Amino acid sequence: MPAAISYRPRRLSRVTDRVMRLALWGLALAFIAVLAVFVGAILKQGWPVLNLGFLTRMPETLDAGGGIKPEIFNSLYLVALSLAISLPIGLGAGIYMAEYAGQGRILRFLRLCIETLAATPSIVLALFGMIVFVQMMGWSFSIRSGAVTLALLNIPVITRVTEVSLLGVPRELKEASYGLGATRLQTILKVALPYAATGILTGLVLTAGRAFGESAILVFTAGTNTSQTFPDFRLTVPGETLSVHLWYVTSDGTLPDAREIAAGTAAVMIVVLLVLNLSVRLLDRFIRRRTR
Amino acid sequence: MLSPQTPETKPVKLSVRNMDFRYGEKKVLDGLSLDIHAERVTAIIGPSGCGKSTFLKCFNRIHEVSSAVKVSGDMQIDGVDIYRGGIDEVDLRRRVGMVFQKPNPFPKSIYENVAFGPRLFGMKDKATLDGIVEDALRKSALWDEVKDRLKESATGMSGGQQQRLCIARALAVNPEVLLMDEPCSALDPIATAKIEELIVELKENLTIVIVTHNMQQAARVSDYTAFFWLGKLIEMDLTERIFTTPRERMTEDYLTGRFG
Repeated sequence: MPAAISYRPRRLSRVTDRVMRLALWGLALAFIAVLAVFVGAILKQGWPVLNLGFLTRMPETLDAGGGIKPEIFNSLYLVALSLAISLPIGLGAGIYMAEYAGQGRILRFLRLCIETLAATPSIVLALFGMIVFVQMMGWSFSIRSGAVTLALLNIPVITRVTEVSLLGVPRELKEASYGLGATRLQTILKVALPYAATGILTGLVLTAGRAFGESAILVFTAGTNTSQTFPDFRLTVPGETLSVHLWYVTSDGTLPDAREIAAGTAAVMIVVLLVLNLSVRLLDRFIRRRTR
Repeated sequence: MLSPQTPETKPVKLSVRNMDFRYGEKKVLDGLSLDIHAERVTAIIGPSGCGKSTFLKCFNRIHEVSSAVKVSGDMQIDGVDIYRGGIDEVDLRRRVGMVFQKPNPFPKSIYENVAFGPRLFGMKDKATLDGIVEDALRKSALWDEVKDRLKESATGMSGGQQQRLCIARALAVNPEVLLMDEPCSALDPIATAKIEELIVELKENLTIVIVTHNMQQAARVSDYTAFFWLGKLIEMDLTERIFTTPRERMTEDYLTGRFG
């Protein structure tokens, strides 16, 4: 037997531990501070503009005092439509990759494609959408061109999130299901998806938030005009969204109150995103309580 | 427990002949032959990594779910080959239930856990389901503890309760065979005793195969014991004989703790 080694507590490791904790805490605080200043500035500028009239009036093209009623509608409508297209596809692709594809070269290639697509700058998708849907298909600047192109932005993210969430389902649970005589499909539907639901939901909200704030794609596909009727559910009319409106009024410069309109629009967007995230947080907690 | 003086009256339920199991290039089980009788408890013992669990999983083909495996030789249930007899593996897993090493209840309510299996086969009638759930929970000696909180989540139960729930869940689909893969290894002695009691009760109308690291457990609950070593069956006999007068030197050495 070699002589017993005596281990003494190391002061340094304890100090490092404390310093690291303080540093991380400080970083988190700094981040929250930046966020607070940022959101505070937007809300402060937007607050005076925010009133019922601003939210319920049609926009003006030359005069001051325009509202953003159709833009709010278009934003939500486009996000909903694009999710309606991308959710089934993304979910299906994610399920396939996690549960059916197995391990191999094809799967790796598929994953590479999806990751590349997920990282594609939205302006590239925007021009693609404009060439293919607006011009070649002859859909012009319209809700449908926007929704389909926006879906291209969403699909890879939803696919990846679905796959990762499903791969995170404990093997024991799947085995329990198979052990009772469940088929693969039954196991996916009754055990894996419910377990993965909160992860998928979180990914879905991130996707919705990104789609909600997206401007480049929609400038080139949904256009910078909006229908004069409200609410206009037609897919063939142009549909300017909040973020496009924000960009358009500040860069076009024909509106005397462009600054105010922009500030108000930005505030509305922040509030909508806040509400969206909060409600999903609540929904997530509800699902988690039932499935974990 | 079956003693050497009384002859075996129960038919053979599972029969294995010259069975090999390969995982990739590696031969995990080598030339196994044994019979498992209906309504008896058969314990499989042996050191870690000797292929006990693998062998158990071959009976309901559950390893096929996650990896490509190769089983050669014969494995039969009621005289029909499990791998080549045209048995549907999904139906096989219903007939040959499994309880795992770590309790793995679904993150659903107690009721939903037990009703999961019957629902897979289209059972929808509420009254019938209620009956099945109660019956399964009674058989697994859990009913009195949980009858007032069937709607509560199963993940909030103690480990022992969770494992008995998993047994109830397996029983709910009316299996003919119950495979138990070290069902007590994550449980305290009291919970273990309850499960052991249960095993002895359940063999009334069930064939039970249990893998265990615990010699005393094998001695307490099983009628037959099979000793595995490095993927081979060294010896299988009545439990009483294995523990008193084993034929093989190796078995004796293992049981007395000289290796393993």
